[in-house]
Amino acid sequence: MTPAATVKFPEKHYLNEGFGWKSWLLTTDHKRIGLLYLVSITLMFFLGGFFAFLIRLQLLTPHGEFLKGDTYNKIFTMHGVVMIFFFLIPSIPATLGNFLLPLMIGAKDLAFPKINLLSWYIFIIGAIYVLWIIMVGGLDTGWTLYTPYSTKYSNTNVIAATLGVFVLGFSSILTGLNFIVTTHKMRAPGMTWFRMPLFVWALYATSLIQILATPVLAISMVLLAAERFAGIGIFDPALGGDPVLFQHMFWFYSHPAVYIMILPSLGVVSELIAAFARKKPFGYKFIAVSSMMIAIFGFLVWGHHMFVSTMSVYAGMVFSFITYFVAVPSGVKVFNWTATLYKGSIAFDTPMLYAIGFIGLFIIGGLTGLFLASMGLDQHLHDTYFVIAHFHFVMVGGAVMAYFGGLHYWWPKMFGRMYPEGWGRLSALIVFIGFILTFFPQFVVGYLGMPRRYYIYAPEFQVWNVLSTAGSTILAIGYILPLFYLFWSLKYGPVVDNPWNAKGLEWTVASPPPWDNFAETPVVTEDAYNYPLHPMGEEPQLAPGQDPMPGYRMPSETGATGD
Amino acid sequence: MLAVCGGVGLTIMICITVFAIKYRRRYEGQLAIETHESPWAEWGWTIVPFFVFMVMFYWSAIIFFKHTTIPKNTLDVYVTGKQWMWKFQHLDGQREINQLHVPLGRPVRLVMSSEDVIHSFFVPAFRIHMDVLPKKTSYTWFEATKTGTFHLFCSQYCGTEHAGMIGSVIVMEPQDYEKWLISNSQGSMAIRGQELFNKLACNACHTGNAQARAPYLNNLYRKPITLESGEQVIVDENYIRESIYKPNAKIAAGYANIMPSYEGQLTEEEIQLLVAYIRAMGSGFDQMPPVSNPTGVQPYPAGGNPDGSLPYKAGQANQTPATGVPAPKAPTSAAEAPKAPQSSKTQPSKKE
Repeated sequence: MTPAATVKFPEKHYLNEGFGWKSWLLTTDHKRIGLLYLVSITLMFFLGGFFAFLIRLQLLTPHGEFLKGDTYNKIFTMHGVVMIFFFLIPSIPATLGNFLLPLMIGAKDLAFPKINLLSWYIFIIGAIYVLWIIMVGGLDTGWTLYTPYSTKYSNTNVIAATLGVFVLGFSSILTGLNFIVTTHKMRAPGMTWFRMPLFVWALYATSLIQILATPVLAISMVLLAAERFAGIGIFDPALGGDPVLFQHMFWFYSHPAVYIMILPSLGVVSELIAAFARKKPFGYKFIAVSSMMIAIFGFLVWGHHMFVSTMSVYAGMVFSFITYFVAVPSGVKVFNWTATLYKGSIAFDTPMLYAIGFIGLFIIGGLTGLFLASMGLDQHLHDTYFVIAHFHFVMVGGAVMAYFGGLHYWWPKMFGRMYPEGWGRLSALIVFIGFILTFFPQFVVGYLGMPRRYYIYAPEFQVWNVLSTAGSTILAIGYILPLFYLFWSLKYGPVVDNPWNAKGLEWTVASPPPWDNFAETPVVTEDAYNYPLHPMGEEPQLAPGQDPMPGYRMPSETGATGD
Repeated sequence: MLAVCGGVGLTIMICITVFAIKYRRRYEGQLAIETHESPWAEWGWTIVPFFVFMVMFYWSAIIFFKHTTIPKNTLDVYVTGKQWMWKFQHLDGQREINQLHVPLGRPVRLVMSSEDVIHSFFVPAFRIHMDVLPKKTSYTWFEATKTGTFHLFCSQYCGTEHAGMIGSVIVMEPQDYEKWLISNSQGSMAIRGQELFNKLACNACHTGNAQARAPYLNNLYRKPITLESGEQVIVDENYIRESIYKPNAKIAAGYANIMPSYEGQLTEEEIQLLVAYIRAMGSGFDQMPPVSNPTGVQPYPAGGNPDGSLPYKAGQANQTPATGVPAPKAPTSAAEAPKAPQSSKTQPSKKE
């Protein structure tokens, strides 16, 4: 961090380009739309978090003194629906991606600015609609909506919910489409595919999944509603359907969907590691290609959710086999990040703490995924708290940690002001500790055999659940803390331009960026992450305080034409 | 598995910590040191994990294969999942709810179907887990290696009282099991199935003689038959159910499509009774004594463990030779008792 004494807040930027609600609600500026998303998904995050907290409160005792079965079922369903469809899926792509993609590739906006705004409106309509469903009675099918429970036996608002998810899917599809076209057509001159930042690669891979998988979800939702509403037999065996067919269709979307949630996080972490080690990521091309590999293989593994669904043993074997294929590129990323740290110049600012926390939790989450991918073990662990712990390690430990890391890292870029670093580090620490305490006991209790979605449970599991609930309160503090200090920094934070001395096109413009991003289209003449390095063999022998490369700190001087 | 994953995970975390400390930024503006990017390392950590994963896959697939290959000569128990209870029917006639009594050291096959939504039969101590689908029979099996009472859970979310759809599996010494089996029996499944078979007038066509308009059912269970199309199918629970509900779907060769559908008229438990009757046909079943009205049978109340004091009905232990339940004999059980502790299935094996 450099002292920001000389940095002046720019006079004209995207935040003061227009005032009043109209200038926000009718904006086509990708940066403003990114902020609209930021506000909306933050609200949804805390709503989903509130549900999670109710769940943990209920599981404090084995006898279910707090909520009734039906209420509990609705709450975990809404927790899943809100967190997955309204927070995790749009989180990084729609906020950070929206804000940064054009800046990172040297474009003035996304390819279709109006469609971008439309996708936000669709998102909001879906969100309001779901909130309304919560008000009028909720949904109790679990976010997985398994048939025939959802088509025939549930007494809750299944049709309304499927419609909400259906509508929401379009938001996701449109964003994905926009990103793909932008990445293909609007890169600045010189910005070749292998000069793109890894975050852009990750977004590109994510967008591919979004536009290819989400329609399948829409179709399954329509079929589900058709069966429930009109009695058309598709999934109900009494009508000649097959309930397992729904699981196939659902997971054909929902497994790739977990990569929609995690791939952007992997991209963010690649950015953070590079910036805070001041080094080009080890194996840049491997990381980039591994994102694409994950996206492609991610489509072929849906059956690993169904090993015990009476699916054929041989089909299960194929799915298990391909699942291990996905693990390879994920592993490659982790190895590469570790290798990037080697001989780096590592600073431990808040985003880096989040990124390192991410790697730790992602390793645990990813490796336990291998346990679940092995069919012999999944026989036992399927639908237990082991699964819950596994995907929370990946989704919350992974995606949310990376989201917070990215948010802190680009916060000065978004608003031109710095958040209080001490508080930031504290929150990263609290989140990490709270997270481990919340979800690690769930691995144990799942291994011991506690099934998921139980509002009462066998008393011998209580001690682990108490630990988990205790952790969740710590975690909640860790999440609420940034809400306060980030808001505070909007007004009182010190003015900064590029506090990390980070490379990348987004840091070549002022913070906050001007309305049109780049006054003139930049020309890229160097690879991404072209940080100056000490030559090999020459260990740095400078006195503390001495600057080995004077002038480096002014990005405008070093990278005016390019990067 | 835990060792490999834990080892790799720890190694990476240690590397990260070491690098993070060793290469921390000591002064403002410190640069990273140029490193040589070795393609060997890159390909190494792509290919080596791949082979490690293949070993894991092979290992787990073998285990899974063993788990899903049901041995012959199992003791069959019919299971019905229903919102929100587990119902069990033993071939010898015992019926229970949320409690399953099984003998020690004998492979037990569970023949499961659901009355309504998808449930999942999960006994953590036995490492078994199988979904129970509506109108479709699924199978799983286990062999208990320890006596005692073990948790039984429904692990597939099934509605309001999903968490209450729990029970216990009670593993007994074989002689205790035999005692329990005959303690309150009210007519074997085959006999109740026969009653139902006649009540539904199935016997009007499936007469079993040469002029019959419908196939002869003796000795058909788990045997292949030839269809009109020339295809062969095995007569198992799913085929029998389909033939009752959708008789025209797969017609046995040489017969006309005249059977009416019984869709919506039977519960899964009744289907199981019919199956039990069909499987017993042609195996000395005719000599069985008739029993009193089977509709009067109430499920055995959950939680009550019969102590063997209830009247023993002569001849019932051997009524269904298909199951081949041996009469309790002191010497065999004494020989089996020491086997109990050497359990591979109930012990949580960390290596898996």
